[in-house]
Amino acid sequence: MNKEKKIIKNDNVGIVQAQTFSFDSLKLESGEKLGPVTLVYETYGVLNQEKTNAILIVHALSGDAHAAGAHEGQDDPGCTPPYRIGGYATLGWWDAFIGPGKAFDTDKYFVICSNILGGCKGSTGPSSINPKTNKPYALDFPLIGINDIVNAQKHLIDHLGIDKLLSVVGGSMGGQQVLSWLVNHPNRIHSAVPIATTIRHSPQQIAFNEVGRQAIMADAHWKSGNYYDGPAPSKGLAVARMIGHITYMSDSSMAEKFGRQRKESNEPFKFTADFEVEGYLRYRGDNFVKRFDANSYLYITKAMDNFDASAGRPFCDRLRGVKAKVLVISFKSDWLYPAYQSKEIIKGCKLAGVQTTYCEVDSTYGHDAFLLEVEEETHLISHFLKKIFYDYEVTGVYGA
Amino acid sequence: MARKDIQLDHEVILSLVGAQSSVLDLGCGNGDLLYLLIKEKKVHGQGIEIDEQAIYKCVAKGLNVFHGDIDTGLAEFSDKSFDYVVLNQSMQQIIHVDKVLIDALRVGKQVIVGFPNFAYYKARLQLFFKGKTPVTGLLPYQWYETPNLHFLSISDFRDYCRSKGINIERRICIGEKRRVAILPNLFAQTGIFLISK
Repeated sequence: MNKEKKIIKNDNVGIVQAQTFSFDSLKLESGEKLGPVTLVYETYGVLNQEKTNAILIVHALSGDAHAAGAHEGQDDPGCTPPYRIGGYATLGWWDAFIGPGKAFDTDKYFVICSNILGGCKGSTGPSSINPKTNKPYALDFPLIGINDIVNAQKHLIDHLGIDKLLSVVGGSMGGQQVLSWLVNHPNRIHSAVPIATTIRHSPQQIAFNEVGRQAIMADAHWKSGNYYDGPAPSKGLAVARMIGHITYMSDSSMAEKFGRQRKESNEPFKFTADFEVEGYLRYRGDNFVKRFDANSYLYITKAMDNFDASAGRPFCDRLRGVKAKVLVISFKSDWLYPAYQSKEIIKGCKLAGVQTTYCEVDSTYGHDAFLLEVEEETHLISHFLKKIFYDYEVTGVYGA
Repeated sequence: MARKDIQLDHEVILSLVGAQSSVLDLGCGNGDLLYLLIKEKKVHGQGIEIDEQAIYKCVAKGLNVFHGDIDTGLAEFSDKSFDYVVLNQSMQQIIHVDKVLIDALRVGKQVIVGFPNFAYYKARLQLFFKGKTPVTGLLPYQWYETPNLHFLSISDFRDYCRSKGINIERRICIGEKRRVAILPNLFAQTGIFLISK
């Protein structure tokens, strides 16, 4: 299977525009109130008259509302291949999946993706202006949880007049949001697709996030979060991103991509990026700081670490009576969100009698697989959605 | 869907399963049997299958299926959560058959087991006259490539059920084209048992 070819397929949704939606106030799980709240979102395809074809895509840690298509005249230098193609404007982070004839077929479905609460791509977050001080919130921004992020999305779905989403779909932290929808708002969704995710973070996952946070806070420019009128803690954020990228790949995908290939360099400094992999990580880190806010990174990773879809009870108890159908996908080489965590989700579904399908895709890409295994995921997702949308039990031919 | 296209063992299992019941198919393969049961008997079906490519075929049919092995996949279901647990042509490939059967009888109110009969006369002839491990229609593998871990006859399974106190509620034996009533352990290629505990 030729992945590059798949990704560069030109049948995307074309030029898209971000929209904004604001509401007065959001009550957070901590009891605090945050307001006003703005969410930036994009939509692809057309909402049908009955409003039954809406799918919410929820993004991962570093993602944003721009999931598909391209923004007019914009060329984001922070975006790298395969999401940036030649001199072309930046394609959305899941463009390979969203468009005519793709997994989320925009000829059939209305696809919504919003930048999360706490983010830094237009939605209210720590870099937004605090109306009380007319300065960026910085650390005055309240601690938020995955459930708060989802509650903000629910406001948007209400605003769009959608009573019940056909599906909520996302990988990694997106998958955590999917699980939050499933246990907290099961009557607002017909189906849920959590990909490469977990009911709750393991100590290992928390540990990686903590090292990232410490790298940011150790940067002298961080200044307890009050850096918005000066230089940003770019070094710290870049290191956090480098650690992230290591955990998103697998031993074999790194070996295949870089080997022990040395970079050509004439720098006299002893600790230059000698190996390809070093250069890659530095490049990824340096690019990330151009498009991401360090305080957002702190708040969002903390939300991921604190999330527990089971709320301290057996997960199956939270799924009892859930009518939504579930498709769980994991990847064999993903060691950041290992398949056993997806199997925990499955176990809860089994015990609660939730109609569920599970596939562990044989991939070598590590956690990044959820962005890259286009063919397998497209097959699973498109058939699953068709079944939900047309509401049938089985299709096809006996013996096929 | 033409009736004649349906595999004989699938037709037998279709006749054993009650309408609108719930069915767990262990080792559901491409999902043909589950598909048939849902289409014809409106059952609520769930499959478990180890082969990834087979999972894709099940999903294309619209089936609910878990990717995983039978040995560990059963333990997580609560007692009597299905009307039927089906092990069709999969039991002989399970490592801990005894444990799985006990668990299947816990999870299902009834269990349907279908397996190739190792004492089928063609197998006996090959062993007796050629002195070779039998290769037949339902045991098509050479000794070095077979996925089958256990070789049993219809009589073996009957004795097993008796020794474990498992009730045999129905036993239907089939040959290549039709049901076999006379000397099934000799003339039947496949044994299909409906059992309960």
